[in-house]
Amino acid sequence: MPDAATSSSRRKRRGKLAAKVLTYAFLGGLALVSLFPFYLMFTSATLETGEILSASPRLFFGTNLAANWAHLGEKIHTGRVLFNSLLIASVYTALTLFLDSLAGYALAKFRFRGRGVLFAVIILTLMIPNQVLLVPLFTMMNKLGWQNTYWAVILPSLANAFGIFLMRQNMLNFPDAIIESARIDGCGEFSIFLRIVLPSMKPALGALGIYNFISQWGNFMWPLIILGTKDMYTFPVALASLNGLQRTDYGMVMLGSTLATIPIMLMFLVFQKQFVSGVMGGSVKG
Amino acid sequence: MPTPGEAASANPARRRRWRGDTLAPYGFLSPVVLTFLAFMLYPIASSLVLSFQSNKGGITRFVGLKNYLYLLKDPQFISALTNTLLYLVVQVPVMVLLALVIASVLNQKFVRFNGFFRIALFMPAVTGLVAYSLVFKLLLNTDYGLVNRVLALAGLQGVDWLNTPMAARISLMLAITWRWTGYNMIIMLAGMKQRIPDELHEACEIDGASGIQKFFSVTVPMMKPIILFCTITSTIGTLQLFDESYILTQGGPDNATITIAHYLYNTGFRYVNFGYAAAISYVLVLIVGALSVLQFKLGGGSDHA
Repeated sequence: MPDAATSSSRRKRRGKLAAKVLTYAFLGGLALVSLFPFYLMFTSATLETGEILSASPRLFFGTNLAANWAHLGEKIHTGRVLFNSLLIASVYTALTLFLDSLAGYALAKFRFRGRGVLFAVIILTLMIPNQVLLVPLFTMMNKLGWQNTYWAVILPSLANAFGIFLMRQNMLNFPDAIIESARIDGCGEFSIFLRIVLPSMKPALGALGIYNFISQWGNFMWPLIILGTKDMYTFPVALASLNGLQRTDYGMVMLGSTLATIPIMLMFLVFQKQFVSGVMGGSVKG
Repeated sequence: MPTPGEAASANPARRRRWRGDTLAPYGFLSPVVLTFLAFMLYPIASSLVLSFQSNKGGITRFVGLKNYLYLLKDPQFISALTNTLLYLVVQVPVMVLLALVIASVLNQKFVRFNGFFRIALFMPAVTGLVAYSLVFKLLLNTDYGLVNRVLALAGLQGVDWLNTPMAARISLMLAITWRWTGYNMIIMLAGMKQRIPDELHEACEIDGASGIQKFFSVTVPMMKPIILFCTITSTIGTLQLFDESYILTQGGPDNATITIAHYLYNTGFRYVNFGYAAAISYVLVLIVGALSVLQFKLGGGSDHA
């Protein structure tokens, strides 16, 4: 019957439309929930705390940005904190990229005694909660007189199994024939690595670099333990110090959070492909 | 592998290459091996030794299992342990399931603005933990927070989110879910693209399977290894939870939300009781190890490295 057929296909189409509407409503709602806290953070940074904590709160940008900025400057050394965070995250990123790709190359392209054990030990440390390291690292840094220094933050996080694993996985696909022929041409092992292998690893290095930078930028527990003075604080530690105050000045605190978030947000938006493949590196083999 | 004798008998060029071959990887690995020895393996061992010691009054003494036995009777530790396990048992499954559902919805062919939704949902994972905890503190403020305001609009009574024990625990779980769901969703999405071929989606459509049928009979079984991966990494992460407890609730009210890592921080770095803190950290190691093995067994193994 033509009639029945059209009505059934119409029902099907209507079902499909309903599915589409539901899908977009679901995703739209989730996007709103995900993004709204950012919006609130940014608007609150320009409001007086009285306007934020009020019976009729303003949900739009206000005019108190300059005052919040001044208050923030009284509590934390804003410029210095920004500098500390940038420096620590950059040096850490550069060093891990170099060390991890060296190690990844050796593990992927050489057969040598102890390779299996070494790789297993490195991977096993992925399962070790970092908290186990804190007390001995703290004592070690104190003995060396390195407490409250940049190195005290950077050095311990260099032992990072994830990066080694990611670089090794990427190096595995590098053609052996190219390495062999470079050797026959008399190229030294280190310059093969530096001039031939490393340049072809740019995507992996980008992914790992962005991922490491963002992780180190947010690193909190260890810097909180090892950094003792305001002029050495990174952003998370400085923000946490605002939280301990008697009555939280939310305008100021949200400005601080905004300043800590915007650089990393921009970085993510520009390099999101690399960051996402960094996240994926440990889980899904490309 | 050639033995030294063989190498010596080979021609000079070959011998040089062989020696280069054997020494080069050690050279490449030495910086990493040194950092791992100094900042990973040594602290792991040292922590274990410390956990059998007491350092009261600056004097270090061997006390055997005393620290561990004391932990069993320490109400603050038991509270930290039960809180952390509660977060684990409630939040991780909810989040992993939510991430899988969102990924399946987003993976439908007709969905446009795919990139926008992905970025929007992933954005929380990029924010620093301290910054987002502070925003949640504001959102959950009892008198003026937006969450209570929305509840009031719906005619519901506001909740004293951060100052009553159960509500504070829920607040913490809400915050963690906001922060990490998108992260897991991205991993699931990549897994789907790789593991569930388009033909399978088409076959489902021809068979007239509903979305829900498809989810349970195709997506879940095909995605098992990825689900297992997300569950294990989320478990390890949850067991180490610190920032949210420290910032959002400061462990309170009355230790109702304190996590193991937060209690460890207080013990080691506030009350400077290193041996006891080390013992807490080793309990954490044992739990992480046991749960990972258990999940792996329950997950029926995995073809995943």
